[in-house]
Amino acid sequence: MLGYFGRRLVYVVVTLWAISIVTFVIINLPPGDYVSTVIANAQAGGVSLTPAEITNLRLRYGLDDPIFVQYWRWISAIVLHGDFGQSFAWNQPVSTLIGERVLLSAILSLSSLLMVWAIAFPIGIYSAVKQYSWGDYGFSFLGFIGMAIPEFMLALILMYIGFRYFGASVGGLFSPEFQDAAWNLGKVLDLAGHLWVPIVVIGVSGTAGMIRVTRANLLDELYRPYVHTARAKGLPEWKLVLKYPVRMSLSPFFSTVGWLLPGLIGGETIVSVVMSLPTGGPLLLSGVMNQDMYLVGSFIMILSVLTVLGTVVSDLALAWWDPRIRKRYKRE
Amino acid sequence: MPADDVLLEIEDLRTHFLMDDGVVCAVDGVDLRVRKGETLAIVGESGCGKSVMARSILRLVDPPGQIEGGTITLHRDSGPVELVGADTKLLRQIRWNDIAMVFQEPMASLSLVHTIGSQIVEAVRLHENIGKAAARKRAIEMLDRVGIPMPARRVDAYPFELSGGMRQRAMIAMALACKPSLLIADEPTTALDVTTQAQILELLRDLQDEFGMAIMLITHDLGVAAQVADSMAVMYLGRVVEYGSAEQVLATPRHPYAQALLRSMPRLGRARQRRLTAIKGMVPPPYARPDGCFFHPRCEHVVEGRCDRVSPRLLQVADRQVSCLLYEEDK
Amino acid sequence: MFLRRPATREVGTLPQWRLMWRQFRRHRLAMAGAAILIPVYFVAIFAEFFAPMSSSTANTSMTYAPPQVVQFSGEHGLHVNGYTTERDPNTYEQRYTEDPTQVIKVGLFVHGDEYKLLGVIPSDIHLIGPVVKGEPFFLLGSDQNGRDLLSRLIHGARVSLSIGLVGVLASFLLGMLIGGVSGYFGGGVDNVVQRIIEFLMAIPTLPLWMALSATLPTDWGPLTRYFAITVLLSLIGWTGLARDVRGRFLSLREEDFVTAARLDGVGRLSIIFRHMIPSFASHIIASLSLAIPAMILGETSLSFLGLGLQAPAVSWGVLLEGAQNVRVVANAPWLLAPGVAVVIVVVAMNFFGDGLRDAADPYGSASRSRRRKSFWRGRAARRASATINTATGR
Repeated sequence: MLGYFGRRLVYVVVTLWAISIVTFVIINLPPGDYVSTVIANAQAGGVSLTPAEITNLRLRYGLDDPIFVQYWRWISAIVLHGDFGQSFAWNQPVSTLIGERVLLSAILSLSSLLMVWAIAFPIGIYSAVKQYSWGDYGFSFLGFIGMAIPEFMLALILMYIGFRYFGASVGGLFSPEFQDAAWNLGKVLDLAGHLWVPIVVIGVSGTAGMIRVTRANLLDELYRPYVHTARAKGLPEWKLVLKYPVRMSLSPFFSTVGWLLPGLIGGETIVSVVMSLPTGGPLLLSGVMNQDMYLVGSFIMILSVLTVLGTVVSDLALAWWDPRIRKRYKRE
Repeated sequence: MPADDVLLEIEDLRTHFLMDDGVVCAVDGVDLRVRKGETLAIVGESGCGKSVMARSILRLVDPPGQIEGGTITLHRDSGPVELVGADTKLLRQIRWNDIAMVFQEPMASLSLVHTIGSQIVEAVRLHENIGKAAARKRAIEMLDRVGIPMPARRVDAYPFELSGGMRQRAMIAMALACKPSLLIADEPTTALDVTTQAQILELLRDLQDEFGMAIMLITHDLGVAAQVADSMAVMYLGRVVEYGSAEQVLATPRHPYAQALLRSMPRLGRARQRRLTAIKGMVPPPYARPDGCFFHPRCEHVVEGRCDRVSPRLLQVADRQVSCLLYEEDK
Repeated sequence: MFLRRPATREVGTLPQWRLMWRQFRRHRLAMAGAAILIPVYFVAIFAEFFAPMSSSTANTSMTYAPPQVVQFSGEHGLHVNGYTTERDPNTYEQRYTEDPTQVIKVGLFVHGDEYKLLGVIPSDIHLIGPVVKGEPFFLLGSDQNGRDLLSRLIHGARVSLSIGLVGVLASFLLGMLIGGVSGYFGGGVDNVVQRIIEFLMAIPTLPLWMALSATLPTDWGPLTRYFAITVLLSLIGWTGLARDVRGRFLSLREEDFVTAARLDGVGRLSIIFRHMIPSFASHIIASLSLAIPAMILGETSLSFLGLGLQAPAVSWGVLLEGAQNVRVVANAPWLLAPGVAVVIVVVAMNFFGDGLRDAADPYGSASRSRRRKSFWRGRAARRASATINTATGR
């Protein structure tokens, strides 16, 4: 078991290293660099820099060093100091910018995730057990629609309804009167009142997808011989379904559970843009728009690291859930 | 009136599958009796409906299959119970407690994510009001009884940690944990190698002596049937075509299908020169059953104008029951 | 003990494509999906003819005009009513009211904006439009520049619907190649490829798309950008397909007919192309059809954010970009019409793909559906028929 995870660790480190290189390439991919952006900005402000000043700047940022020196400087700052570089559009360290928004992103993602699970599992199980019933058809149809509606569309429709019929601004996190108020119960309630819309919007397509996955996975298990055995033993039907096929059908689910980790940071982009929520998504969008490459690169980097960690989490979760996997790990 | 020693009586059982393309009559009017403590072998080619018939007894047929009619009567000590119309509560009591099953593929029939012990304990505690510790003790006893070495350790093993033969032994231990009066074994040895096969059959026979339960053995292998069966029923396309004592049916088959079946089977000690003969023609497709006797297109003794029109009944012919017009004429 | 005879073409064993068609026809939702998609694609191909105007024809005095309803009366024939407009004294927004006294005659096959059908045949005939060219005719309302939304919707369909096809084609090539290599060779190669796929699948799609689109030069023309976006979409889309192909390869490698071909001394490539691929091609096509809607949604989302296609290109996502602000939507809810079109098309495609997938598996090996879980046609029959189909090149 330890040997397995030892090798896993090596794999993780190698992957992270590969990711950092890809990220660095992406950062340097667009034509122009930090200094040329500074020059352009200065020119836009009506100031033109002398060649000496430019050379000075290039020297200061080490842009004429060999590429691997630049890479080393970049990656060591991240690993040693948590310094992801400077966002020139915001003129702030990238780590500060992202750090400010992580909490809300995580709250949104986690609560919509809980919503997805709470709704999708029971419905998926019902749909599989009662395959081809009216209920199954109904849920499947709703699921298809839910998967087909782009998130921003749903957000716009909900906001439109709120705006039109309730006269409320559903966007943002707070009503104007609480925007700058200190934290108190009223502000928390106001936050909750605003938060449910994005949670629902983010949750809908996930719920629809999860219902289909749960249903399909369960259907694959529902008519297996071990289910017959359990039924022949005289177990009541609902207990039987929950204990045997549902348990088996959750294995694929556990193998992807770690993928949720990167989703915590980047899973709500569009909704946040439409509803102007201060999460990571709009920040990334602005970075992309301005070709603010340190910001964008850092996002890719963080997402990738979370993905790799997520894979490890998945493996652990699966081993905990499925004795067959556990045994394989032990053997290896 | 059934004789005192009858345990299970099946009358005119029909299980049909309502497919989109039509109705498939997997079991099409089966009459059978299982006597207490005997071994009844059900033999026939793949697809003749023997497995579906066995599953119908405990109402384990998955949709779109459903029991269309007939009666299944189980004679318990407390009196007869009819299973086709029984409510689910009663049915759940009968399952495993009175009638237990062993399936073909032990790897697939046992849950791979639960230990063997927990699966046996579950069965015991469903039907008997005993504590966990006592049930676990029973599980270990049963594992020991079916010849699993180190039962106290194996009770916590997962099925995938055992060999195929051991798995099937564990399955049998689970089936007998509640001391059923009938054990339905659906191709219990098909997935095993020949040596293990013999051991499992031996084990079943020993356990039958000890526990006194009846066994309904579903098999396509006449050799297996010959080894253990007291009586034998030959099925073809959802019907029983010949039913009698195993010895007699094997020695002097009467139905042309049973005769052909035996001719297609190699035997020890028979003259080498004799060729095995395959049964003429093919099993007809499920949606296009022949008129009259189902077997007539492949029958060597077919009587034109009669076998393709009249459906034979299962009649008592001397020492056994046969469903063939040749014998109806004789009468 | 019993001889298992080889399956021949009798009632129980129809050729695979017939079984597929039968299965597909039975899937009512899939048939409904096809019934929607076929006309939609037809309209998209002949967009210039079906749209009342070109996508750029603007009536600058008619911004955000609400939809009109086609009416019929004995006096005027087919017509719509014009608008009277007034400016809100406070907000300076233009307000429209329908004016029954203004009659704008509407005709079928009328002369309007000139175009070249399929880029070749010059014409100015439009299926429907105002009899007098240039009169306001907005069946779905107009946008911020006074352009007819219906016309733009129809023109945008061409890009939105084709980007999925092109993208899927690109993912198909990538997925087949990489998945095939991974599945056929197995072992270490397989391990590496699977890790990469898992990795790509786990990263949230949209941020990845966004980050990648940040690397696109901003000065690219619409056509270049179109292909760049397509490539971006397929760069991520191939993973699912590659997994599918690999799974098929892995299971097919063990099948008897492949072993038989190998023992017969058939070459590797020949085994792959003559025996293995034909036996799962139908399944791949079904998977492909399910990948298209995801691509359409991807394009829409990217363009909506302003990262995908950009005006003057017209796609549904580009059209929706105009509806980003809830205040605009509140005043002109018809701007969401392209979103409705997206939903309808994506639902139809999912139905269609679902039906194809079910049909691609006529023997129901996955036991996904109880009805297809036919116990009469067991694995043996399936294999036999698969062998026959491969042998006859089906």
